[in-house]
Amino acid sequence: MGHNGLMDVTSSDSALRRFLHGLPGVDEVGAQARAETLARRSVKADAKRFALDLAISMIDLTTLEGQDTPGKVRAMCAKARQPGYGAPPVAAVCVYPDLVPLCVTAVAGSPVRVASVATAFPSGRAALDVKLADVKCAVAAGADEIDMVIDRGAFLAGQYLAVSEEIAAVKTACGDAHLKVILETGELGTLDSVRRASWLAMLSGADFIKTSTGKVAPAATLPVTLVMLEAVRDFQAGGGMIGVKAAGGIRTAKDALRYLVLVNETAGEEWLDPRYFRLGASSLLNDLLMQRVRMETGRYSGPDYMTVD
Amino acid sequence: MRFEYAPAPESRAVVRLRDSYGLFIGGSFVSGSSVFKTISPATEEVLAEITLGGAEDIDRAVAAARHAYERVWSVMPGRERGKYLFRIARLLAERAREFAVLETMDNGKPIRESRDVDVPLASAHFFYHAGWADKLGYAGFGPSPKPLGVAGQVIPWNFPLLMLAWKIAPALACGNTVVLKPAETTPLTAMLFAEVCQQADLPPGVVNIVTGDGGTGRLLAGHPGIDKIAFTGSTEVGKEIARQCAVSGQRLTLELGGKAANIVFDDAPIDQAVEGIINGIFFNQGHVCCAGSRLLVQESVAGPLLDALKRRMATLRLGDPMDKNTDIGAINSRPQLEKIESLAASGEEEGAERWSAPCPLPDRGFWFPPTLFTGVASSSPIAREEIFGPVLTVTTFRTPDEAVAKANATQYGLSAGVWTSKGSLALELASRLRAGVVWANTFNRFDPGSPFGGYKESGFGREGGRHGLEAYLDVVATDVAGTLVAGDV
Repeated sequence: MGHNGLMDVTSSDSALRRFLHGLPGVDEVGAQARAETLARRSVKADAKRFALDLAISMIDLTTLEGQDTPGKVRAMCAKARQPGYGAPPVAAVCVYPDLVPLCVTAVAGSPVRVASVATAFPSGRAALDVKLADVKCAVAAGADEIDMVIDRGAFLAGQYLAVSEEIAAVKTACGDAHLKVILETGELGTLDSVRRASWLAMLSGADFIKTSTGKVAPAATLPVTLVMLEAVRDFQAGGGMIGVKAAGGIRTAKDALRYLVLVNETAGEEWLDPRYFRLGASSLLNDLLMQRVRMETGRYSGPDYMTVD
Repeated sequence: MRFEYAPAPESRAVVRLRDSYGLFIGGSFVSGSSVFKTISPATEEVLAEITLGGAEDIDRAVAAARHAYERVWSVMPGRERGKYLFRIARLLAERAREFAVLETMDNGKPIRESRDVDVPLASAHFFYHAGWADKLGYAGFGPSPKPLGVAGQVIPWNFPLLMLAWKIAPALACGNTVVLKPAETTPLTAMLFAEVCQQADLPPGVVNIVTGDGGTGRLLAGHPGIDKIAFTGSTEVGKEIARQCAVSGQRLTLELGGKAANIVFDDAPIDQAVEGIINGIFFNQGHVCCAGSRLLVQESVAGPLLDALKRRMATLRLGDPMDKNTDIGAINSRPQLEKIESLAASGEEEGAERWSAPCPLPDRGFWFPPTLFTGVASSSPIAREEIFGPVLTVTTFRTPDEAVAKANATQYGLSAGVWTSKGSLALELASRLRAGVVWANTFNRFDPGSPFGGYKESGFGREGGRHGLEAYLDVVATDVAGTLVAGDV
């Protein structure tokens, strides 16, 4: 499959449908079993030290609440730059668009990037113009990365071209900003749909495909992430490297390491890089730090020794 | 970035190896006349000295089993027998780690498999059959089916504890007593099981375990005091036993070799099919009688499927079986390794194209890399003979009819696999494939409630499920009050 050949698929609704429905199916039981097997890998000693720091460097430290205040967001940015205990900075902070200017100032001079959700996050229920304006505002304010949501209603109704065109329009509005496309897999129902939505997003201009908004349960799961990693692996041959972001529900270091094992043994080590794999999370960082301290001192310090944000 | 998993070896501390092991006869450990050594196939380290059972030992064991059968076990109500089986099941579960570690040391299989498959399934077989012990009258074999008597059971080295459970659990549930001969290279978990029998207060003589070599097995199978022979192992030895039984009139069940077809259609869920192929042939180093050793792939997807399969094979982790991250362990013995090597060499000589996963092999121990052959002639030994190792042959087909014809063109018929998204196609193939088990979109799945056994030269009789009980029962059409006890509740 050549690059141009792939892009032809997005030329019409029927071409898209033929392509997406022609993808090999996913057997849910088998995918679940594979994810469970990989979840039992034992990551110890040097491998664990390496993986804890890698996981920290892949975090999109996130707050997406109505109650977010400048104080809260500033504190989060400070922690993102300097998690403490000798840990590396995280990959990015992720906030609502109106908080982007504050974040840009707060992380200035650090490698931490600013990501903004957009396109009427989390439901995506707004007119296209409104969604594009949302994106443009965030980009103008200095966002390095845009996390958009797909129109799940259109996807489930089989209007693949509509979904694709919207993603392409958002991509244009992003300019130089990286585009992460949230599939909201918890609303898609089957792993077949996850695979189709992954390909649809990749074909339409996504730089990253992302599992969830964090506002719908279930959010990221290992089988869903497995299927998305298979999609980026298979897309690479003709379409280039696309990243994956697992977001929501990943709270413990143990969970994070399981995701890294999944990346390592599914997409491969090329994806073990913050440019191609991210973990969207908030409380995860503290658990990773606690495990890091335990690895260094041999003792588990406990939550009282960690900052709140 | 390179993500190397640090060694994560399971601790051996949980296992207390003895220097030498006797025979388990009449409820206690007794010594025999000669001994042999059992080694770890991963390191060639000697683990323990094992007693080599001779003719006198078999006589004693059969006598103990007969005594226990007549005096205790056959006259005990089913619900009482069930209690002992439940107790054994519980003890296996409680001592699971000990059994898993010991199995991996003696057999060479990855701890991941002994921990997650062998030992839990062995325990599940005892739980399952414990439930049958007081319900035999409702199993469909007449109102009061009778036990057969003393069963002589000879088991292989590929799943030592699990095959022991497959043999002993149904025999005991049905009211028989047993003399079991574990495989020469893997006697240790059977000896630990003997300890569990003591711990469970199982009446002496109900289970007797006589270790030894092929000669010991022959003595047991040919012993006139045995009412029933159950054998799992090679087709060659199975035929020898069958000839013997044809003369003696003893009851017999055989679970022998296989050369199973794993059939992948072009509409299959490809990523899961690849996992299924891997699990089908590389699970337990391919030392599986029902292994999916012949991959039949629809020609229209053969190219991408093989690419995906090789990519996945390259991620298999071969090495120390005690490491929790090991996928492929050691070949069980030097003779088995030599057999695999010679068959693989014959494949290459015949012009088949060999591809092996690029994994380094340890210096000590017995190892063979996961390997596949393409361009294999249907008449080639690697396509027809059971290799019993991590070697897959790949051939293509064009239509479902051709797939069925090729899959059935073997002297074996133990298992088969079908991969398709079309339920109707899977069901149609299940009815046309001559194999005891047909897996659809999965492979090597076992459950105590599901009967397992072969067609053709893969043997006869079933193990597991309601059907498996028949191998240890005499079907009685009418009940004579007061004379039949095994079916009593």
